[in-house]
Amino acid sequence: MQTVENESAWSRPSIRMNAWRIGVPLIALLLSVPVLVVLSYLFEPAGEVWQHLVDTVLQDYVINSLLLMVGVAMGVLLVGVSTAWLTSMCQFPGRSLFEWALLLPMAIPAYIIAYTYTGLFDFAGPVQTLLRDWTGWGYGDYWFPEIRSIEGAALMLSLVLYPYVYLLSRAAFLGQSICVLDVSRSLGNGPWRTFFMVALPLARPAIVAGLSLALMETLADYGTVQYFGVSTFTTGIFRTWYGLNNAAAAAQLSAMLLLAVFALIILEKGSRRQARYHHTTQRHQALTRFQLNPRQSLMAFLICSGALLFGFILPAGQLLWWALTTAEESLDSRFLSLISHSLLLAGAASILALLLALFLSYGKRRRGSWPATIAVRVAGMGYAIPGTVIAIGVMIPFAAFDNALDEWMRLQFGWSTGLLLSGTLVALIFAYLVRFLAVSLQTVEAGLGKIRPTMDEVARSMDTGPGEIVRRVHMPMLKGSLMTALLLVFVDILKELPATLILRPFNYNTLAVRAYELASDERLADASYAALTIVVVGILPVILLSRTITRSRHAKST
Amino acid sequence: MPFHFKFIWLPLLLCLLGSTFAMATGEVNLYSARKEKLIKPLLDRFTEQTGIQVNLVTGKADALLQRLQSEGRNSPADLLITTDAGRLHRAKEAGVTQPVHSEILTSTVPSSFRDPEGHWFGLSLRARPILYVKGKVDPAQLSSYEALTDPKWKGKICIRSSGNIYNQSLMASMMAANGATATEQWAKVFVKQFARPPKGGDRDQIKAAAAGICDIAIANTYYLAGMLTSNDSAQRYAAEQLAVFWPNQQGRGAHVNISGAALTKAARHKENAIMLLEFLVNESSQAWYAEANGEYPVRSDVQPGDLLKAWGEFKVDRLNLGQLGELNPGAVRLMDRAGWK
Repeated sequence: MQTVENESAWSRPSIRMNAWRIGVPLIALLLSVPVLVVLSYLFEPAGEVWQHLVDTVLQDYVINSLLLMVGVAMGVLLVGVSTAWLTSMCQFPGRSLFEWALLLPMAIPAYIIAYTYTGLFDFAGPVQTLLRDWTGWGYGDYWFPEIRSIEGAALMLSLVLYPYVYLLSRAAFLGQSICVLDVSRSLGNGPWRTFFMVALPLARPAIVAGLSLALMETLADYGTVQYFGVSTFTTGIFRTWYGLNNAAAAAQLSAMLLLAVFALIILEKGSRRQARYHHTTQRHQALTRFQLNPRQSLMAFLICSGALLFGFILPAGQLLWWALTTAEESLDSRFLSLISHSLLLAGAASILALLLALFLSYGKRRRGSWPATIAVRVAGMGYAIPGTVIAIGVMIPFAAFDNALDEWMRLQFGWSTGLLLSGTLVALIFAYLVRFLAVSLQTVEAGLGKIRPTMDEVARSMDTGPGEIVRRVHMPMLKGSLMTALLLVFVDILKELPATLILRPFNYNTLAVRAYELASDERLADASYAALTIVVVGILPVILLSRTITRSRHAKST
Repeated sequence: MPFHFKFIWLPLLLCLLGSTFAMATGEVNLYSARKEKLIKPLLDRFTEQTGIQVNLVTGKADALLQRLQSEGRNSPADLLITTDAGRLHRAKEAGVTQPVHSEILTSTVPSSFRDPEGHWFGLSLRARPILYVKGKVDPAQLSSYEALTDPKWKGKICIRSSGNIYNQSLMASMMAANGATATEQWAKVFVKQFARPPKGGDRDQIKAAAAGICDIAIANTYYLAGMLTSNDSAQRYAAEQLAVFWPNQQGRGAHVNISGAALTKAARHKENAIMLLEFLVNESSQAWYAEANGEYPVRSDVQPGDLLKAWGEFKVDRLNLGQLGELNPGAVRLMDRAGWK
């Protein structure tokens, strides 16, 4: 985000420098390939199918997608920022529990929460049935919110996506210099004014980063909107591809989606071009939280427990109920292999994603040449594209490479190499990196953005090498962001479905695949085992992360 | 964070190794749009009987087809299994399948459920009849899909969205029978008969009908069967409220689709693959399909289970199902124009 003005100290002609200069654009370009494959379809003629789309359904797709984004944006901002502020800056009963528990909803895949809410609140579900039994009403006699609607979809997505905003804005609030807040208070500002005038604007990059992650995931969501019968851009892409059998038009719709996201990002960046969000001092003091009075405490408690109740306890409880009462699935050795596969994939890919994000964001910070910047941006776009489309974008170049190599080897040596990478976990992990790089990148950049370039300069003036600066100055400050990035990607991959489904090797199943197969067969109860296990596996790192963030805050307050 | 670096290579190495284990002989590789749960037991039995190892990747048909296409002649897949004929037809059009000449297959699978040139074969039938709420609807009032546009059904019909392949196939079969123009006219009226905007899956339509939202639901029979045999008493109760009506019995017959399989062009285990195909249409496999999945056997000499028998015998639309694939894009456009969400 921040270009170092004085580059001379960094530009010693050395191998190390070349690694940055060439490595950053190269890696970014490599990770951009799937997105570029999708974009390349823009030049493919799709025929008159576009006329048909414009005449009939395109308007619906656009309007519904926009409405959904607006709804989710409001939802995640409201819940995410308020709970983040409450748990980091205010003292009320239950605060330390909410601190980590509020992250739990992110372990629930969006389509699973959609299924559980439908199971609970649909016309045929227990809540409405009970209501009718009590009152003797029948169909049409009363009004009940329709869960399977666009509002319902926005609610479902908000409930599982607000942790992105919560996590990033909480880290920002915690990282804010207490001095700044104290100055605000000493100027006579109460908690509210301090929040709106100082803390919120200062946390803006982090909040926007969290929001854009939530919105990109919203755009890429297929399972929820499809189940709710809401026609969005994503359902339109699949309808055009599968139903109309027109891959070119489907890819063009995806490309349009990408361009829209790109425009949004540029717009946001432009709107805060002049602003910088570094803190002027590193003097942190022990955090004195606002002590809330009983009435305020109750409100804070209700807000936090509401998010937790609707985002986690209710859906997880429904899953547990299904698992205990109606599921036919049993825990056998095959089930254990699902867990180990999920862990292996999520672990390996989240670590790789973190390392790449570090490399790329440092590269950008040090030498913000525009090709590198653009390549990094494009590489981070994969998050907004439906997983299946990204998976195809990975599959095509990998297979093309494999087949070309095979062809060449046959011609040269009469020896066939077959498919070297396609259909292996290498291709799958690559797809994860493409899809989730945005998450680690946004998080790491948000963390790096808070480190003032002057700190680097001071360190350099004391003859500290770049490696030393990273290790001794940046790492302690970045630790929270890095852990956040690791966890977000880890949990995202645990839940990831479309790319896993289509790119995995033979006989290789994961928890998400199992949950989906049963759920899509409308056997929700049977899916509950796998879905619950995803949640349980996801909880452990959530707790670990939360402790790290809290500790990193304490460590800084000297 | 130096501790990270040490651990990266281990999983990566494992990944690379993971790719090689599907290379041994005495095996057959499947890309299957049929869910693991609904095919693995049969495959296990095949392995038991023949010693041939079956390797499986499940996924969505179109994505699997795309994978097959991009992998080209090096694709490891021997068979592509889908749950509708349209995708098999599409695979044939894409040139990734090859014809199979097997006396067993051609003699057991009726001609309307296989490709004339032997590129694909049906393995089971998936019927999509009209379901009605017992006591609310007099079945004598029902006759055909076409007659559902009668004003007396206004606001009484539940059906899922047009994004679903089952509805697309149904529309394609109607286009084949009545022509595109008449079908579009029909669809425009039909969407006005819906009790609510389409949402949810087939089971949800059955639940909605049982709960009183509508009197008629259109759903595939195996969902009804699955609900009737469910552990969940609420699902059983809902399903028991409905009965099956076989439409168009005076005319072309009720709409069915198939689950089926095609031999890939790149197949390296051709003999094993054909052996598996033949195994899947033998009497005991066919009976298993009917029993475990609630689908109808593709061969007429195998009886469906008791549950399915109770719904009675019915006349099947004998349209060659390759047509469904050809007409599918047209059917989707037609539904777009009719405003079927």
